[in-house]
Amino acid sequence: MRALTWHGKHDVRMETVDDPGIVNPRDAIIKITSTAICGSDLHLYDHFIPSMQAGDILGHEFMGEVVEVGPKSTLKKGQRVIVPFTISCGSCYHCNKSQFSACPNGLPADNQDLGRQGYGHEMAGLFGYSHLTGGYAGGQAEYVRVPFSDVGPLVIPDGIEDDKVLFLTDILPTGWMAAENAEIEPGDIVAVWGCGPVGLFAVQSAFLMGAERVIAIDHFPRRLELAARFGAETINFEETSTYDALMEMTGGIGPDACIDCVGLEAHGGFVDNIIDQIKVSTFLGTDRIHAIRQAIIACRKGGRVSMPAVYGGFVDKFPLGALMEKGLTLKTGQTHVQRYTHALLNAIVEDKVDTTFLISHRLDLEEAPKGYKMFHDRQNEWTKVVLKPGMGVGKEAVAA
Amino acid sequence: MSDLTHPADSAPAATSKRDAAGETAAQVTKAKGSQVTAQAVTINKPVAEVYGYFRNFANLPTFMENVERIDVHDQKRSHWVVKAPGGATVEWDAVVTDEEPERFVAWTSEPGADVPNSGRVEFRDAGKRGTVVSATILYDPPAGFIGKLVAKVFQREPALQSRRDLNRFKQLMETGEIATSAMNRQQHDEGKNG
Ligand SMILES: NC(=O)c1ccc[n+]([C@@H]2O[C@H](COP(=O)([O-])OP(=O)(O)OC[C@H]3O[C@@H](n4cnc5c(N)ncnc54)[C@H](O)[C@@H]3O)[C@@H](O)[C@H]2O)c1
Ligand SMILES: [Zn+2]
Ligand SMILES: [Zn+2]
Repeated sequence: MRALTWHGKHDVRMETVDDPGIVNPRDAIIKITSTAICGSDLHLYDHFIPSMQAGDILGHEFMGEVVEVGPKSTLKKGQRVIVPFTISCGSCYHCNKSQFSACPNGLPADNQDLGRQGYGHEMAGLFGYSHLTGGYAGGQAEYVRVPFSDVGPLVIPDGIEDDKVLFLTDILPTGWMAAENAEIEPGDIVAVWGCGPVGLFAVQSAFLMGAERVIAIDHFPRRLELAARFGAETINFEETSTYDALMEMTGGIGPDACIDCVGLEAHGGFVDNIIDQIKVSTFLGTDRIHAIRQAIIACRKGGRVSMPAVYGGFVDKFPLGALMEKGLTLKTGQTHVQRYTHALLNAIVEDKVDTTFLISHRLDLEEAPKGYKMFHDRQNEWTKVVLKPGMGVGKEAVAA
Repeated sequence: MSDLTHPADSAPAATSKRDAAGETAAQVTKAKGSQVTAQAVTINKPVAEVYGYFRNFANLPTFMENVERIDVHDQKRSHWVVKAPGGATVEWDAVVTDEEPERFVAWTSEPGADVPNSGRVEFRDAGKRGTVVSATILYDPPAGFIGKLVAKVFQREPALQSRRDLNRFKQLMETGEIATSAMNRQQHDEGKNG
């Protein structure tokens, strides 16, 4: 089959690789109909995530048709499913608490040592996201092997187009859980750093959970414009001093909740960011954490900080004092996707959430390397890229 | 969780900062081995099921990666054949020295073992969490020619090996399968994983 493979920094290629097949009884094989490139994939593209190997197949946001099932799968051939990016067993201590992204049973035992050494515990198994999370082949391909297919995949009713439900795999639940972790109360003012797909879904979710005002922060005008569509006020951090503006806009109190949807590759020439960049380029540290620092500093006393954004390693100049002295709550984590898929599918069916507004480009899977390059280099216009096997090369569809 | 506790507190003897192996060995019947590794894992299944699967030693190779085969002679005696690098194997006879159904089983290797070892695996009902399995293994790092051969298997972080084995046991009990990232049967049979 054809698949998008990783070969190093800014080097991804379409290649012909082995076809997947059933290995374990609960497996299913899915023929991909739509798959997206995620902001998290850019961390791989920029080679910020360790334990990648040349030839790894990327992609963790995908959906398609069931074409083969193992004897213990509950799926049936021909069903259309979305597949959560977290590979969770559904029956361990963590899954029973609905903490699906903490499930250790999808991670091959041989891959558990790295996480234990670095984080104190093993990670969960994820599709297409380095060997730290299992080395599973991802879904930016024609076919994919899906373990625990009786737990993760959600069958999509006929008549709902792919693009409406594709983001149930990751970024919609991620934005939703980010807002949930911000423990929003009616009347709250919520600030969101980053207007990528995750930030945009966090903005929408925050309003749905009762936020009175949402202030969205980014430096790309097009992305800020998308946030404004849902009623968010905006701060362009290239034009405006974010902390000062937030204090003014909240009458000196600060936002009740702050959500970091940026992650370990924060942009901008801020002093702390430049120090981080020097460290990253000399391997002293791996994360540039400007956004989370600023979120903690800006958050009101007694407020909540939610951090869906991905960080991988150790950092310094983390404002631990501010976190304590102001009595903040910090919540974070890889999304427990399976916890949210049913309810969010209903919200989509009932038109309560808009899931397609952020898609800027649709390309044939064969053009995935171009998709990566443009999503990386031209973030202003390329807000979300969806890849479709068999769509036709050169038939690129650009949103109005 | 282990019955084999440190004299100074309630922590497992194998986590002692002083003489982990010595303090453990003192509590194991017919202990053999100067090194110790101990691991605990929680398995979300009833103790009868977890113990039942484990106590049939012929089942162990399903999740113990390096164990090629275990011939069970009788309730007490078994013969272990363990893979070593280069296609070679090491072998020993093991005898159960002490046990209590659904609580623990302890064993030691018989004289002449390629890798002298002894240990104890405990099973404890953990209520809603299922069963806590604690494995404590005492072993002697192998010497000589055979030693070089098996060094890769045993000397190189036996703690890692036994942790991985226990995690595979947990996966098998909880999910009915052992996680693999092999894309298909062929990759799986060729040993690709992770
Ligand atoms: N927790 C999870 O399970 C989960 C799931 C999906 C994605 N993520 C993470 O969420 C983050 C966002 O994902 P995305 O797909 O939206 O990525 P993205 O790269 O498309 O968006 C990030 C946005 O942040 C903006 N930004 C950069 N520096 C900033 C700064 N200093 N202040 C404010 N905005 C800034 C960028 O301009 C960009 O628009 C990533 O770190 C991603 O890895 C986490
Ligand atoms: Zn993602
Ligand atoms: Zn689980």
